[in-house]
Amino acid sequence: MSVATTANYLNAEKGIKSWLFTLDHKRIGLMYLFAVMTSFFLGGVFALLIRLELLHPGQDFFTADTYNQLFTLHGAVMIFLFIIPAIPAALGNFVLPLMLGAKDVAFPRLNLASFYIYVVGALFALYSIVAGAVDTGWTFYTPYSTTTSTSVISMTMGAFILGFSSIFTGVNFIATIHKMRAPGMTWFKMPLMVWALYATSIIQVLATPVLGITLLLLVIERTVGIGIFDPAMGGDPVLFQHFFWFYSHPAVYIMVLPGMGIISELVATFSKKKIFGYKLIAYSSLGIALISFLVWGHHMFTSGQSEFSSMVFSFLTFFVGIPSGIKMFNWLATMYKGRITFEAPMLYTIAFMFLFAIGGFTGIMLGAISIDIHMHDTYFVVAHFHYTMMGGTVIAFLGGLHYWWPKIWGRMYNEKLAKVAWAFIFVGFNVTFFTQFFLGSQGMPRRYYNYLDQYQPLHMYSTYGSWMLGVGFLIMAYYLIYSIYKGPKAPNNPWGALSMEWQTTSPPIQHNFEDQPVLEHEPYDYDTRMVVNDELIKKEDVKEKEDINV
Amino acid sequence: MEQAEKHPSYLQHHFADMAQQTDAAKLGMWVFLVTEVLLFGGLFGFYTFFRAWYPEMFMEAHKYLDVTMGTTNTFVLITSSLTMALAIRAMQLGKKKQTIAYLAGTLFFAAVFLVIKYFEYSHKFHMGMLPGKFYTFEGIQAANPHIFFSVYFTMTGLHGIHVIIGMIIITWVMIRTMRDEFSPEYYNPIELTGLYWHLVDLIWIFLFPLLYLIG
Amino acid sequence: MEQHNTATPHVLPLSLYFTVAGTLFVLTGITVAVSFVHFGEFNIIVAMLIATIKASLVALYFMHLKYDNKLFMAVFLSSLIFLGLFLTLTMTDTMHRGDIDPIKEHPIKKEAIIYDK
Repeated sequence: MSVATTANYLNAEKGIKSWLFTLDHKRIGLMYLFAVMTSFFLGGVFALLIRLELLHPGQDFFTADTYNQLFTLHGAVMIFLFIIPAIPAALGNFVLPLMLGAKDVAFPRLNLASFYIYVVGALFALYSIVAGAVDTGWTFYTPYSTTTSTSVISMTMGAFILGFSSIFTGVNFIATIHKMRAPGMTWFKMPLMVWALYATSIIQVLATPVLGITLLLLVIERTVGIGIFDPAMGGDPVLFQHFFWFYSHPAVYIMVLPGMGIISELVATFSKKKIFGYKLIAYSSLGIALISFLVWGHHMFTSGQSEFSSMVFSFLTFFVGIPSGIKMFNWLATMYKGRITFEAPMLYTIAFMFLFAIGGFTGIMLGAISIDIHMHDTYFVVAHFHYTMMGGTVIAFLGGLHYWWPKIWGRMYNEKLAKVAWAFIFVGFNVTFFTQFFLGSQGMPRRYYNYLDQYQPLHMYSTYGSWMLGVGFLIMAYYLIYSIYKGPKAPNNPWGALSMEWQTTSPPIQHNFEDQPVLEHEPYDYDTRMVVNDELIKKEDVKEKEDINV
Repeated sequence: MEQAEKHPSYLQHHFADMAQQTDAAKLGMWVFLVTEVLLFGGLFGFYTFFRAWYPEMFMEAHKYLDVTMGTTNTFVLITSSLTMALAIRAMQLGKKKQTIAYLAGTLFFAAVFLVIKYFEYSHKFHMGMLPGKFYTFEGIQAANPHIFFSVYFTMTGLHGIHVIIGMIIITWVMIRTMRDEFSPEYYNPIELTGLYWHLVDLIWIFLFPLLYLIG
Repeated sequence: MEQHNTATPHVLPLSLYFTVAGTLFVLTGITVAVSFVHFGEFNIIVAMLIATIKASLVALYFMHLKYDNKLFMAVFLSSLIFLGLFLTLTMTDTMHRGDIDPIKEHPIKKEAIIYDK
């Protein structure tokens, strides 16, 4: 028996209480993982139901009202319950202290509190499903959201509470990254995932409170009619969109930045090459965080905001392309002449680059006012954000999930099945959403449960694609859950990665490391070091040996 | 003795030393204060945009706020900030009784603030100057005066909630001080409470001229 | 890593606290007095200027920003910068509604429905 199986964070304490009251960032990360995966499943079911209704024109399975509720719930659940906490709160919680060589995050109790606040927020959201689900879309635009009779208040209160959970994670991570780094780990020796989480936390902290107050004002507007958003009360509905997007545009970078962090880790590990342009990737994360606050008005070109404002926002929007492009080119340059191996995490990395490039380019298209006026509220927009959010964030999340799975559970998943699932997801995703670019450019409006006959072939392909996606995720669920119980034991460092989380056992011991680790090499020193069977070898030593043998 | 000093009970296991713990906690608090500023930021936006749209209405409506009460409250809140700062200073010097007294003083001024606020509110309620659709006052001859009172009540209301939360936290650290949990080596919770309380004061410093002193 | 020695507290003299509080009182008096003089546009500028000075005093001395880790100051200032961005960029809209299309300048209904009698 190896040491790893005798004592680790999973078996150190037993019983349900040891989980519910744990302050261990790894266990809290796992509880978050369980919660976000449940939400993902729920949101996924809603998505499949939406696609089912759209298989044929006319009313097939749901009424128009039910359909409105379905797409609202799909959006709200996926955004607030799944994708925002998915990488930072679930995976990030698990790996951040490990990557920094710390025993825990800076504020473990706040960490646990954030999880329970998440649960309370989720319960509010669930309650709104039972009590006549919201039908406003996840954006809660006024004046409809102040007049509809559905349960807007419980859903917005849910999102408000979830915001606090997100803020606490952000506060925690910022303090952790500033104060808990292992001796020797300077800012520019941190893994890029940490940089990405840092940038994410900054956005969480700066943007989420504005969403909080916005939703609070919306609730007060509904109950008291204070006249800020409701035109009948002298308010301005466009102002709601400003308030809302001041959070929600940066929020898409809360979603995608940590995904980019994962990709930076994966691309270096599986190319076994020093990451190209470390500092540029790090700075571009901060650059994206900053610029993300300057562009929200591009969601509002057709809302009635002033033409001057549209011009300013359109102009600023193009700047987002720069740091994203920097990242993309640096990843490609990292792969160039690398010794690439194609395990599942790397397949997701490549899928990310391909899909996010499409998502990003179409984003630039939509940032141009003249095009957006025509494309606004069509399937083109739907396809664009699914390419960035699902093709970007979810794919990166899956890559990270497979990458750290052996570290989390100490077990390997089935690589063959993983590749099959990847193929289903990659192909299924493109079939589902690439068709929607065509639908959108032909004028199919979003959020309609019915459509003209001419759109039917493309809608049909899109629905078939969604089924492929569903099959892919089912396979994944099977082999991942199977591996927890029956998977072969994972070595400490199955991928030969150099960042600190791989220096401890798989699964890690309760306080992460036997002794306080000290940074001895940088996270991407693949040019001078390699890992063989969990042992770190300096490449010069190998060469010397070879020379002697010759 | 040497060992005991190295690992005091208030040093959490995952920190290397007190300096790291204190600095992390302070940083965390400052980051949290940032979120508070932006939370109020939405309301400052509410104020700014509507004041720009309805300058005359704001001018007319603000005359119905009581400048004397507002000014008194400003003095009260600044004094409470002073006593809070002095409470921390007393604990830095290890003077437990002084700390408790200053914290009690802070609580007292906070309560005075709320009492004055209560009289202002009840007067407004009585006159029908309520926010939104409950607005019934007819004395202001400008478009949409209810919006000014919506701004007034949401801003001072959220601020008042913060005062109440602050009072709860101050009571809590006061009890902990009585229980001898703090010392010149470890008084971090009082310090963080102080930061929070000063922020509540800071926000009022802006609310006061914006609402009461429109030219 | 920016290590800051907080183990030994930095105790400020009592007189400093009282001076700051005194200054805050005086400034409050000034801002109230000035509000009764009509400068038109300048009233708000003067009021905000005084409020900013007062807030800075509280932050620098009561909140110890002047003596603490400078990182905290940067963190706090960032909140003001982003609040400024929010207000400024939104005002590119709210202040320019009627620039090209005058019909967009005003809301459809001038007064809220509660005034319909």
